[in-house]
Amino acid sequence: MEPLLEVEDLHVSFKTYAGTVKAVQGVNFAIREGETLGIVGESGCGKSATAKAIMKLLPSPPAQYERGLIRFQGKDVLKASEKEMQSIRGKQISMIFQDPMTSLNPTSKIGKQIMEAIVKHENISMKEARQRALRMLELVGIPQPEKRIDQYPHEYSGGMRQRAMIAIALACRPKLLIADEPTTALDVTIQAQMLELMKSIQEKMGTAIILITHDLGVVAEMCDRVAVMYAGQVVETGRVKPLFKHPQHPYTRGLLKSVPRLDANRKAPLQPIVGSPPDLFEPPQGCAFYPRCSYAMRICKDYAPKLEKTREGQYASCWLHHPLADKTKWLKEGMAVDR
Amino acid sequence: MERETAFKKEMFVRDETNRQEAEKISRPSVSYWSDAWGRLKENRLAMTGLLIIVLLLIMAIIGPHLNEYSYYEQDFAKKNLPPNAEHWFGTDAAGRDLFTRAWHGARISLFIGFMAALIDFVIGVLYGGISALRGGRTDHVMMRIAEILYAIPYMLMVILIMIAMKRGIWPIIVAMTITGWIPMARLVRGQVLQLKESEFVQAALAMGAKMGWILRKHMIPNTFGPILVNITLTVPTAIFAEATLSFLGLGVPAPQASWGTLASDALGSILVGNFYQLFVPAILISLTMFAFNVFGDGLRDALDPRLRK
Amino acid sequence: MDLSSEPSSSEKKQTLGVISMWKYTFKRFLWAIATLWVIITVTFIIMKAIPGDPFAKDGGLPETVQKNLHRHYNLDKPEIVQYGLYLKSILQFDFGPSMKHRSITVNDYIKKGFPISLHLGLQALIFAISFGLILGVVAALYRNKWPDYASMVIAIIGVSVPSFVLATFLINYVAVQWNLLPVATWQSWSHTILPTISLAMMPLAYIARLMRSSMLEVMNQDYILTAKAKGLKQSTIIIKHAIRNAILPVVTVLGILTTNLVTGSFIVEYIFGIPGMGEMFVTSIFNRDYSVILGSTVFYSAILIFLIFIVDVAYTWIDPRIKITEEGS
Repeated sequence: MEPLLEVEDLHVSFKTYAGTVKAVQGVNFAIREGETLGIVGESGCGKSATAKAIMKLLPSPPAQYERGLIRFQGKDVLKASEKEMQSIRGKQISMIFQDPMTSLNPTSKIGKQIMEAIVKHENISMKEARQRALRMLELVGIPQPEKRIDQYPHEYSGGMRQRAMIAIALACRPKLLIADEPTTALDVTIQAQMLELMKSIQEKMGTAIILITHDLGVVAEMCDRVAVMYAGQVVETGRVKPLFKHPQHPYTRGLLKSVPRLDANRKAPLQPIVGSPPDLFEPPQGCAFYPRCSYAMRICKDYAPKLEKTREGQYASCWLHHPLADKTKWLKEGMAVDR
Repeated sequence: MERETAFKKEMFVRDETNRQEAEKISRPSVSYWSDAWGRLKENRLAMTGLLIIVLLLIMAIIGPHLNEYSYYEQDFAKKNLPPNAEHWFGTDAAGRDLFTRAWHGARISLFIGFMAALIDFVIGVLYGGISALRGGRTDHVMMRIAEILYAIPYMLMVILIMIAMKRGIWPIIVAMTITGWIPMARLVRGQVLQLKESEFVQAALAMGAKMGWILRKHMIPNTFGPILVNITLTVPTAIFAEATLSFLGLGVPAPQASWGTLASDALGSILVGNFYQLFVPAILISLTMFAFNVFGDGLRDALDPRLRK
Repeated sequence: MDLSSEPSSSEKKQTLGVISMWKYTFKRFLWAIATLWVIITVTFIIMKAIPGDPFAKDGGLPETVQKNLHRHYNLDKPEIVQYGLYLKSILQFDFGPSMKHRSITVNDYIKKGFPISLHLGLQALIFAISFGLILGVVAALYRNKWPDYASMVIAIIGVSVPSFVLATFLINYVAVQWNLLPVATWQSWSHTILPTISLAMMPLAYIARLMRSSMLEVMNQDYILTAKAKGLKQSTIIIKHAIRNAILPVVTVLGILTTNLVTGSFIVEYIFGIPGMGEMFVTSIFNRDYSVILGSTVFYSAILIFLIFIVDVAYTWIDPRIKITEEGS
């Protein structure tokens, strides 16, 4: 089946007075209709920039789409005009953002903010749009929608605001929903509700979801496939379960090891990844993870590895999978983290 | 897999040296002030402002001594002379040298501006600081008083006080600062309150830091930015207010001169065609307003911690 | 009013909000009255503090006449009684006679001058607000391009050049040398153009700068991105989402700008020879006509304090986020 969205070799940089930040440096992934793809990584790894690039939401300048391809339903998004983009945004692809406290217009009623998208994309009357907005509020689980529709964002709680954001995003039944850390700013209990809501809506509407998060638990819970990003690149991608069971990249393994587990021996120390991500003003020539990697080899310093198939349906970019590499340490320590 | 051939076995040897780099912090940490200064330096408009301020200050110091005339010496044989080789900015209706008077005026105007800003700063920091640190009822009462005084139209109050007082530099400064300190007090109070609640001060308190230490290490550096900006913007406001007072005949008395009195004196001779007499003080006042405003704006942008990269 | 703080969201507080809004309005009104009282008291103290007898200047008045005059103006009574009488007369909107021209009362001056000043002031305010907003928005939308630089040059000139300098330059060039508009006085609409520009420049510049930075800040907000992600046109986003939010800080400074406008009007009216309250005020300062100075100060203060009160209260109604708590602000 033809994928709904394909991203190939995407490069995005930001020009600032201090220099050029190469935020996204060759990202590849694809998502099929109705599927959920997780994008995980530390903050600053280029997840959000990638997500916003798909909808061409990055302000330009400073953002520059250096090269690459974003193909949505066969159409190259990067080549689309602003007018074409406007007809795609909100209608074909929607997005919800991290902080529901700031992503709704504080001086506009919630109902109006939902109707705005509907009226823009569909040729219906204000009255019908309002009916649709009411149904959307109901769908996302807002009690007393007739009353709530005429309230302002500050009269909503954080969780309700994020529900309202979902209502706005899904009002025109888009094919793809990009959720940029949709639960990070919320309480844990509300996070779970929000994930449930997104799942149930996905079942009803068949929307594909790109879920951007730094929370591996959320990915395990929600996603079919996952792309792990590090320093502006996808370092590993594949189906969630096998990938989490047999990570093929030292960074993915490091991420999994550094997650506190309820069933773990309390005396066993957590294993953080030492160091910090590279400076994207001057990205390293070789593997970006080289300085923090416990399996680094001489080649890693000067040559960047490519994303290559390592197992069935799983791709990683790491020199360890080169036939000349010595995998003894990798395999030995790998047994211990199997989960 | 074509590139394969280029790789040799030894390249795949475990490299233990990599971690050393990881422990290095990727960029040197820059202190708040040097970072702010760095950003200020980038702002050409603000630096122009700073340059003009420095030049005006230098000229205020040396300007009156650059020729043989004094600011008060009258020479009726040489009145209303346009700029010439002898009198660089010309002479006024009493035959006084306008070049000397202009820089003497710079002294008076800048002195009034800086003094007003300084006094506003001292009173404002004390009042606002006490109000915020004491909190509770004290804070409530102090702020209500400030609120009432703040609602009094500033210039009307200044004019009113000047009417009751003798004309002079200090009465002007007093009149300006009598209600002028309030914005500073409100600013300081807001800043201190915000900091008092802030997590890093709470953390310092929890770790048993003394109040004095917190004041020195946290409060002062963190409140200083907005306060500095406020001071920078108070100076031109005061100079401007002084000009208005001079215009109303409430400025410094003759033979003293400020830019304001020079300008208002010159207004009388405009219709006679002596436009140059207004030109000099007008340009100087405008330059000063310009310089302080753009410098203050630049400072605000430079000190804004949200803009730190 | 701290805009950055997150207002609470529960149902209960919501209904409470409207009640406390009225409470806030009422409280605010009391504070305005208190401020006005402070000003009236200060004017009274100043009147008393001014050295010399207001009637001594005339000189040569026989002692009996002076005494009669003192009695007529209650100057023979204890000061606290005088103060009471002063408060009472002001409450009755009676500012007494001019000291220079006894046959004319301060009220006469106000009645004659105020309509003219109001006309000039309103015209300048409307000009300043409309052009200030336009310049600010344009500057923000074309940030670091020529329209931005052009607007900011105008704004910088506006804050840098005092109104009397601008007025004189305008008279000298536009009126005298190029002969495009009348030099002075207040007769036809064309007479109002130069004074309006002179008076409006400063607030215009201030509004333009404020609106620019406010717009830039709003355009960086997440909800603008949300609006864009909905597929709205750039123009819709700017008009419906950005300007609506960016204009709020401008509303808060309207009170203070009007105050500056009044101060500016003293000078502008005087230079252009406009027979408004400002010109009268300046003349009375030159003539040391204390009753006129103090009377018009009280009158100006009352208007401005009332205006600031209106702006403050209006703001709490305009911005739905502001829910006044029991504390007051």
